[in-house]
Amino acid sequence: MATTQGEAAAGRSRRDFLYLATGALGAAGAAAAAWPFVDQMNPSADVLALSSTEVDLSGIPVGSAITVVWRGKPVFVRHRSEDEIAAAQRDDNADLKDPQRDADRVQRPEWLVMIGVCTHLGCVPVGESGDFGGWFCPCHGSHYDTSGRIRRGPAPENLWIPEYAFIDDATVRIG
Amino acid sequence: MSFQSKSRIVNWIEYRLPIFSFLNHTVGTEYPMPKNLNYWWNFGSIAGIALVIQILTGIVLAMHFTPDSRLAFDSVEQIMRNVNYGWLLRYLHANGASMFFLAVYIHMFRGLYYGSYKAPRELLWWIGLVIFLLMMAAAFMGYVLPWGQMSFWAATVITSLFSAVPVVGDTLVSWLWGGFTVDNPTLKRFFSLHYVIPFVIAGLVVLHIWALHVHKSNNPLGIDIKGPQDTIPFHPYYTVKDMFGFGVFFILLALFVFYAPNMLLATDNYIPANPMVTPPHIVPEWYFLPYYAILRAVPDKLGGVVAMFGAIAILFVLPWLDTSRVRSARFRPIYRQFFWIFVADSILLGYVGANPPEGGFILLGQIGTVYYFLHFLVIMPLVGWFERPKPLPVSIAEPVLSGAAAGSGKE
Amino acid sequence: MRKQFLPALIAAAVFALALAPVVPVRAAEEAEPPASDWPHKGPFGTFDRAALQRGFQVYREVCAACHSLRFVAFRNLTEIGFTTGQVKAIADNWDYAVATLDAEGEPTERQPLPSDQLVPPFPNAAAARAANGGANPPDLSLIVKARGGGEDYIKALLTGYADPPEGVELGDGLSYNRYFPGHQIAMPPPLGEDAVEYADGTPATTEQMADDVVSFLAWAAEPTLEARKRMGFKVVSFLVVLTTLLFFVMRRVWADQH
Repeated sequence: MATTQGEAAAGRSRRDFLYLATGALGAAGAAAAAWPFVDQMNPSADVLALSSTEVDLSGIPVGSAITVVWRGKPVFVRHRSEDEIAAAQRDDNADLKDPQRDADRVQRPEWLVMIGVCTHLGCVPVGESGDFGGWFCPCHGSHYDTSGRIRRGPAPENLWIPEYAFIDDATVRIG
Repeated sequence: MSFQSKSRIVNWIEYRLPIFSFLNHTVGTEYPMPKNLNYWWNFGSIAGIALVIQILTGIVLAMHFTPDSRLAFDSVEQIMRNVNYGWLLRYLHANGASMFFLAVYIHMFRGLYYGSYKAPRELLWWIGLVIFLLMMAAAFMGYVLPWGQMSFWAATVITSLFSAVPVVGDTLVSWLWGGFTVDNPTLKRFFSLHYVIPFVIAGLVVLHIWALHVHKSNNPLGIDIKGPQDTIPFHPYYTVKDMFGFGVFFILLALFVFYAPNMLLATDNYIPANPMVTPPHIVPEWYFLPYYAILRAVPDKLGGVVAMFGAIAILFVLPWLDTSRVRSARFRPIYRQFFWIFVADSILLGYVGANPPEGGFILLGQIGTVYYFLHFLVIMPLVGWFERPKPLPVSIAEPVLSGAAAGSGKE
Repeated sequence: MRKQFLPALIAAAVFALALAPVVPVRAAEEAEPPASDWPHKGPFGTFDRAALQRGFQVYREVCAACHSLRFVAFRNLTEIGFTTGQVKAIADNWDYAVATLDAEGEPTERQPLPSDQLVPPFPNAAAARAANGGANPPDLSLIVKARGGGEDYIKALLTGYADPPEGVELGDGLSYNRYFPGHQIAMPPPLGEDAVEYADGTPATTEQMADDVVSFLAWAAEPTLEARKRMGFKVVSFLVVLTTLLFFVMRRVWADQH
């Protein structure tokens, strides 16, 4: 009969809607339930808590550098000489893979603070080496200049500058 | 019988690894289930999902927990305070364990009431008992891991029990401890074992289900399946019923996790373990309380240990202690009453276990323990012999058709 | 199926009743701590941030002389309403320093940073005992969860000092407390009228300070309480809806069997 067929069809679509709604709700619930299991692997609050390292600059003579650890990574703190500053500024307009002015990379020209991790694949570059008077990464041959900019080699970017601030003339806080 | 599908991908896989027909025959439209199962049959699958929850939460907790006595307590607080959703995972794991035991106890009592342990399901019952024993081992060791006061002292009390073993007792205990007392080596090995046992349980669950599938599920009438008229396919009838059961289970679990997360946990476990100070009341988790009561009911140390393990060992011989040829208590008017008395006795033992062994509790514990063994060793064989069971229905399908026998007696 | 509900209900009721003894049995000799209305209790409870800040002030000025709070970090204090600037100031002015090593590897000290845990008054348990007549003041981070009576018990303890009754001999250096198990406690009464001057001007009665510091300690023990209850509402509501839908799906699927 047309009526019963119609009723049957209506019943089927009501049933299908019930199944669809329940299934969708169940799937949404499962996804929401899965999230904490994924998110718990993200850095925890204590890791994220801004950790700072204070560096005493008074023991670093001109033309030398120290390496400190910040958030588990090495940070180069270099007391640049006049020559190094001049060379860095002179090359501001050179052919740079990652163009950046030296003045944009330092707060005070005589102090260069950079994360000592090669932007290629993460090795620690060696200071006072390479063809540009700065750093050289022995892993795949990247050369960085006296401003830490990539000049030759496979690294795509200049050495990264962390957040830092001078507390006074002899102390800088990184992070 | 190979599985023909409209999907070419499905057929491609099926030809190489017949997973779809396998699923179809185990949990799908080709697996026959008695059509008359009630809600007491939901607790097997609920126990299964509880195991899954414990394994999932346990694995992620293990990413943050430090199994060293100097760091364990702090690492748990680190999880509670710093790990994203750490508090949720921890409370899920701790309360999930309680829910797991709740489901398994109901599952076991269902077996006792409906005679699910009787032939030909003796081995199924045994595998279940081994799973239960492993659950207790895993739960006991898991409780030690946070290295709170209760963790340490419960570990001390329970491992010390083994010194009751004649001749080799002390060597055995020092072997368990890895030292002269519960300490770092104990914690480390407990962590390793606690991590691995759930996977052994999972393997046994596979055996458990395999054994079940040989003679299929029991049913409230306790009579065998005679033919297809007595059965309906597992899917969609019981898949959907199990999912509803999961929903109710999750609501109960959520109520504990979100609104009463510490209700079932001893407050003393929020105090770091101190080997110099014993808490005034050492209490195990609620699911161990009846066995704790039995242990303490016997004044002799070795006797208490034997009684406690005996209480579980006796369940292995239950199929032979129960002499009745009728499975389901629905048709056993005498046994049915003793069953409920046994339930009350179990709860009484739990109550005794929660209290210090003083005053009236001592006698209560002894009465409860004696009655426990009386139930299995004396009552069940005698009732089986002397009871006059009610007439069994002809088949599972018949009560549904005639309607008369279906209304016989309450549960 | 209705026939199964009654025994199920009975079983559930028995299970619920059986849980009651799991709550630790408190000895009958001590007085029962009076119950208070704590704003963070109940399924929709939240912390009163003003009370938490006052409570922190009480902790810092009264309790921190002897009790550590080692699971709370300075940065956590932003959760009770302090700004990062205020937290920095609290860390800078903290009475105790963090032990560290200098460039030559010699032990030295530094002022805590917001990322540090609250520095304890004593470096270890032995030092704590030596300064407190042999008793070790417990860490307070979890004290509210570690005592069977919870908040009510801690508040009762703080305000429950009294003269010992007739015939009770007080041990050396001990004080009589109505609620402490055994009644003789090594901690002298910590709170007296106006022991602190509240920054927000609230009168610092003993009861007020007890309320505030207990609220603060409740937060310290369970800082995720509010997130937990919020999520609980969403999860339980969702599950009730989903389970109801599943019930109707189940009825629909089983329709041909009845």
